[in-house]
Amino acid sequence: MGETMTPGRDDAPPGTSKRADRVEDATLSLVEPKGDSLSAKTVTINRPRQALYDYWRALENLPTFMENVERVEAVGDGRYHWVVKAPAGRTVEWIAAITEDRPGEAIGWASEEGADVPNSGRIDFRDAPGGRGTWVTATILYDPPGGVIGKVVAKLFQREPAIQARRDLRRFKQLMETGEIATGARTARQLAEEMD
Amino acid sequence: MRALTWHGKHDVRVETVDDPEILNPRDAIIRITSTAICGSDLHLYDGYIPTMQSGDILGHEFMGEVVETGPKSTLQKGQRVVVPFTISCGSCFHCSKHQYSACDNGLPADNQDIAQAAYGQPMSGLFGYSHMTGGYAGGQAEYVRVPFSDVGPIVIPDGIDDDKVLFLSDILPTGWMAAENAEIEPGDTVAVWGCGPVGLFCVQSAFLMGAERVIAIDHFPRRLELARRFGAETINYEESRTYDALMEITGGIGPDACIDAVGLEAHGFFADNVWDQIKVSTFTGTDRTHSIRQAILACRKGGRVSMPAVYGGFVDKFPLGAFMEKGLTLKTGQTHVQHYMPALLNAIMEGKIDTTFLISHRMPLEQAAEGYRLFHDKQNEVTKIVLKPGMDLAQTA
Repeated sequence: MGETMTPGRDDAPPGTSKRADRVEDATLSLVEPKGDSLSAKTVTINRPRQALYDYWRALENLPTFMENVERVEAVGDGRYHWVVKAPAGRTVEWIAAITEDRPGEAIGWASEEGADVPNSGRIDFRDAPGGRGTWVTATILYDPPGGVIGKVVAKLFQREPAIQARRDLRRFKQLMETGEIATGARTARQLAEEMD
Repeated sequence: MRALTWHGKHDVRVETVDDPEILNPRDAIIRITSTAICGSDLHLYDGYIPTMQSGDILGHEFMGEVVETGPKSTLQKGQRVVVPFTISCGSCFHCSKHQYSACDNGLPADNQDIAQAAYGQPMSGLFGYSHMTGGYAGGQAEYVRVPFSDVGPIVIPDGIDDDKVLFLSDILPTGWMAAENAEIEPGDTVAVWGCGPVGLFCVQSAFLMGAERVIAIDHFPRRLELARRFGAETINYEESRTYDALMEITGGIGPDACIDAVGLEAHGFFADNVWDQIKVSTFTGTDRTHSIRQAILACRKGGRVSMPAVYGGFVDKFPLGAFMEKGLTLKTGQTHVQHYMPALLNAIMEGKIDTTFLISHRMPLEQAAEGYRLFHDKQNEVTKIVLKPGMDLAQTA
């Protein structure tokens, strides 16, 4: 039979591990890993895998559900220019290249040299068991700007990438399942303030 | 528009605020014709519910006329609709199983963090009930924005009074689902703790589902009188020892099904940080926190416990041993309103269910703040206040 289980190891996803070496394994599973903070989150979406991949693969779509992403523009050769909101009204930018592209299954990216926030990651699309839609897993590796202090500041402004990734995945699910993104706002003005 | 806004403990005001607008394709705007004050609104009024913000518009039991629709709404201008208090998308896994109050997408993404931390997974959104349930403006107003208007609101045929159908928005489906969760069998004796609106609808529903006897437990004489009117026997827990009384009137067996319609009476409430405050003001000195414990102890062996009562956090001294040893079944949950509305509307139209008996007061929206005070101070006399935004002040005299 196949490989035996390493003693003390379980089947839980590496992103949930208490052990540093398993987190390292997850990091090494990325093509061209960039950054030292790992965030991995999975959401189940009641839609077919290919439809979800297609929407995500058109990277220009990402600002529709990624609250902090102002825009993503193709600059040729599978490279994209990202402009992202940062705390205190600033923006950060980088060029990221697609490092992996398996239609209907996975998209990987890594930022190039000179990125304001070095980052890399992958989005996996897998069939959920029992025909219950698709598991979308976002694995993101990044260097928080300004190190630990920067991370705390970003968290204060709710612009911390791990928080954002979790909320962005929920918005992606809402958009794909319901065709819109839920808001508690009453007026267009309130909605615009929330997006700021 | 005019709206009832929250500003702090015992401070609600009718103010002029911006009209709601269509923000998403599936939205509709409803002009409110009737909107009730719920017992759970009193917990907002008493300042127990965290994540409230000054200026929040309250109200989650309402109906009215469609005045504007988004491009993906299936409603038409001029239709009269009752709106469920739960905001559910109709497209996620849970909605497809008709578990509407467990909808994945009703809460805005940012608001899901608190619910996820408290409950493990986020629940549906609610109208007018703090920011942890989505921060949605409620219906104690002239107008309201209704998200997912293609799956939530139910269209009411012309010629049926608001008062007959308004309670489809929350308390009638809640009472019905509680009775359904009690899995009543012919010949059963059903005990109902709490004769507020939900408890009274439990009594009605239990008889319709074939209960032989229903025993209603409360301490407000007027509420017990209403329960008696529907054929229930009553226990006033200030006059009699509830457990002993239940044992005696069931020949020592205990009720086959027990429904706890007391709880905290608060939708989506959980805050541990106000737990002590709640304990002091709600529990101590009354029997009320004991309702779920008492239900478990009184219930016959192998019986069913149904809990429409809202518990948000942790309960001390839950009798897990009795629950296990007697092999009880417990069913509970926020109401899947959208699932129950069509059948209950039919039951109302066929005259099988009448909910108008509950309304003790009708007031113009302008008097909403006075309504809260009245409801808060006189729970025996006030069974239900319905606010009518279109009502002339002179009509109340």
